[in-house]
Amino acid sequence: MSTPTVTRRRTLELGRVGETVTRPDAVPKTTGQFKFASDLNSPGMLWGHTLRSTHAHARLVEVDIAPALSMPGVHAVLTHADVPGRKTYGLEFPDQPVLAIDRVRYHGEPIAVVAAEHPEQARRAAAAIRVEYEPLPVVSDAEQATEAEPLHPDRPTMGHGYRDDPRPNVVRHMVIRHGDPDATGEVSVEGVYEVGIQDQAFLGPESGLAVPDGEGGVDIHVATQWLHVDRDQIAPCLGLAPEQVRVHLAGVGGAFGGREDLSMQIHGALLALHTNRPVKLVYNREESFTGHVHRHPAKIWAEHRATRAGRLVCVRMRILLDGGAYASSSTAVCSNAASFAVGPYGVDNALLEATAVYTNNPPCGAMRGFGAVQTCFAAEAQMDKLAAELGIDPVELRLLNALKPGDSLPTGQVVTGSLPTAEVIRRAAAIPTPDAEPLPRDPLRLPGGAGNTTHGQGVRRGEGFAVGFKNICYSEGFDDFCAARVELRADGSALVHCAAAEVGQGVGSVILQVARTELATDRVELASHSTADVGSAGSASASRMTWMAAGAVRDACRAALEERERSGGAEVDVERVYRHPPTTPLDPETGQVTGERAHVALAVAAMRVVVEVDVELGLSRVVWIGTAQDVGTAVNPQAVQGQIEGGIAQGLGLALMEEIQTRDGRIVNASFTDYLIPTALDMPPVVAELIEDPEPDAPYGVKGVGEPPTVVSTAAIASALRDATGRPLVRVPVRPDDICL
Amino acid sequence: MRISLTVNGELREADVWGGESLLNALRDRLDLPGSKNACEQGECGSCSVLLDGVLVCSCLVLAAQVDGHEVVTVEGLAGEDELHPVQEALTQGGGVQCGFCTPGFVVAAADLLRRNPDPSDDELREALSGNLCRCTGYQKILAAVRAAGSRS
Repeated sequence: MSTPTVTRRRTLELGRVGETVTRPDAVPKTTGQFKFASDLNSPGMLWGHTLRSTHAHARLVEVDIAPALSMPGVHAVLTHADVPGRKTYGLEFPDQPVLAIDRVRYHGEPIAVVAAEHPEQARRAAAAIRVEYEPLPVVSDAEQATEAEPLHPDRPTMGHGYRDDPRPNVVRHMVIRHGDPDATGEVSVEGVYEVGIQDQAFLGPESGLAVPDGEGGVDIHVATQWLHVDRDQIAPCLGLAPEQVRVHLAGVGGAFGGREDLSMQIHGALLALHTNRPVKLVYNREESFTGHVHRHPAKIWAEHRATRAGRLVCVRMRILLDGGAYASSSTAVCSNAASFAVGPYGVDNALLEATAVYTNNPPCGAMRGFGAVQTCFAAEAQMDKLAAELGIDPVELRLLNALKPGDSLPTGQVVTGSLPTAEVIRRAAAIPTPDAEPLPRDPLRLPGGAGNTTHGQGVRRGEGFAVGFKNICYSEGFDDFCAARVELRADGSALVHCAAAEVGQGVGSVILQVARTELATDRVELASHSTADVGSAGSASASRMTWMAAGAVRDACRAALEERERSGGAEVDVERVYRHPPTTPLDPETGQVTGERAHVALAVAAMRVVVEVDVELGLSRVVWIGTAQDVGTAVNPQAVQGQIEGGIAQGLGLALMEEIQTRDGRIVNASFTDYLIPTALDMPPVVAELIEDPEPDAPYGVKGVGEPPTVVSTAAIASALRDATGRPLVRVPVRPDDICL
Repeated sequence: MRISLTVNGELREADVWGGESLLNALRDRLDLPGSKNACEQGECGSCSVLLDGVLVCSCLVLAAQVDGHEVVTVEGLAGEDELHPVQEALTQGGGVQCGFCTPGFVVAAADLLRRNPDPSDDELREALSGNLCRCTGYQKILAAVRAAGSRS
């Protein structure tokens, strides 16, 4: 390449809480020096590969590994018989086999794993394993699941404190009854809504390296969201004590919920312990689509009853979530879907029913927004419909019903913290939209883009609005905590240990900002994240990690300073555990709170969207997005903006293009050629206003910021498309046929 | 088979198999893991490199094809302890989150700015539309490349 213009590296900013800080890993990530999980190597390393089911539901008649064992370069071929400990694992219930035992329940379920000298040898050896399947009826329709044969006859989800539903294939059924669910209003609107399966589509596919320690234990370097809960699932399956399994965070190429469940961890460890060699597994994109859980597809029946003046009287919603073959975090997604179904609005009466079922579809679990995305799409469509029915401006209708501190949620929980719903709505609505760009213009800025499909003919403009909210941190009585450890050295510098997973969101910066603030020094380093050095941080999920890590690091720093004071200036090494105020479970029969609160805090976002639709071809373009988001305190304003913009892009994808398509349970578009995510040409300019209303219960008043933009953006874009086309658009992603008039 | 090529200005040799991509050869044989493997279909741009000065997806080029040719990867865009203006701007402007797409964006943006130091918004978006990012929503990447362009 010809001589590029280069500049000397600048010293990075060393900011405190509230300042924009350059992330510590930014430079190595731009130069290619940063080590992602897939970049790891170890002397003598073997490559692993996973043989996966080609059937969505089948009995395993025979798995013959002999042909693979004799292939060149092959060191191990393992099946369920080689799992020395517990044969199953799972985030909430251990219902998922490490390797299929007697049947497979989804297309892509792991059956065997191979280790070989070269990845291509491992792949070919896995392909040589002979599997005889006896196909079983595929349960692919969630609405039929409760009448089908049980996919898990031993009912692993029963008896855990949720409402035990006697129907087969129910993972969780919950009902929230609030006030008088039969209360009637002067007007009523009804709708049935659907959301397709969305994939996290993080750019860095699943990857990890397992290294035997020579003493029966293993070190696992992996891209994950929660090191300690990985360890706690891995160790029992390996038949090892937790301390014999050390999980270290390797560079994470995005997560968005898709790395909460295990992928290669146990498989890699089994192979490493069996061969006594380091073993690396790297999924390709196709395998990644079957190698992690997805966003639950949903069907939602909704009825909103209101007074003629526009006050909500009663909301009734029934939500069906397809959890796929294994439970993953379906119970919590189910709870969130019901708990936030109404949106950030006050309503005295509600009947909210959510059911998550087992099917033979791809397993679903955590994805950014976690149940609230699906219901926000339905509920906000209902609010627009109600506004139209009443002849009230949609923004006014939302303001009229805006939830505020002191109001009750449908669970009976009184909002005690910060929740500036009306402020967020007003601020978003006040952001001026751009004027329509005159024609002619470059086709890149028209629906159809580079396809050059219109010069403006048939193009209609529409504007939409939506509001969304969800919980921050873990809920329903979960013991939610985060540990941090601070070493103060004699020279005045500090080393901070925290297992909070840096998945790209920037929690590494947050930890350093907090430590610099508390210790009043710039000389702070962040240790690598590992189960070996510090207690659990909990998961980088539920918009909780900034809050929890900030609390833990703050407390550990303060304790370290006190300890040094007490000890007269010596070196100190202090670990502290932070917990947010406790939550309590919901009553399994009524869905009402059994204590003060089931959710510790809430965050709300409002969004205004301009779209253009070529109604002759069914092509659309999002022109502009304006949003206001309740962020508590912005620890790192630039990073908060980045979370909002990125969160919006994922919601835009669900609104317009992203859907895992299945046929009889098989994914038919497991590639970036066939599963489309937004590009730089799809994302419009975003104007984002940060509404800082500190959360009283949180360290520095912070709130998580990652999920609200994803919750609200799908609904807001759909609203704008409805405005442009006049179509009801009850399903996302919206397809060309839906908006072609 | 044995190939020899110039990588980041240095003559290198590698033993590759016939079906091996340039991406795998760079990552696994030449110890240059900066180029990332995210789709293997030329859809995401994470593996972008310059082949004889032309921007390509290295996952779509066979290693055998580059015998005798010149490749520049993300590792070779700037000297030791130096940053290319695109790298500098992404770092300062919040254009990096998880970073898996970043090397590909750096190479593609550097290529764009070399050809067109002051791209219009349309030119910029179109030039980078072959690079997928899942974290940032592109705003801060586009702003950073604009800033890098005006800087250089």
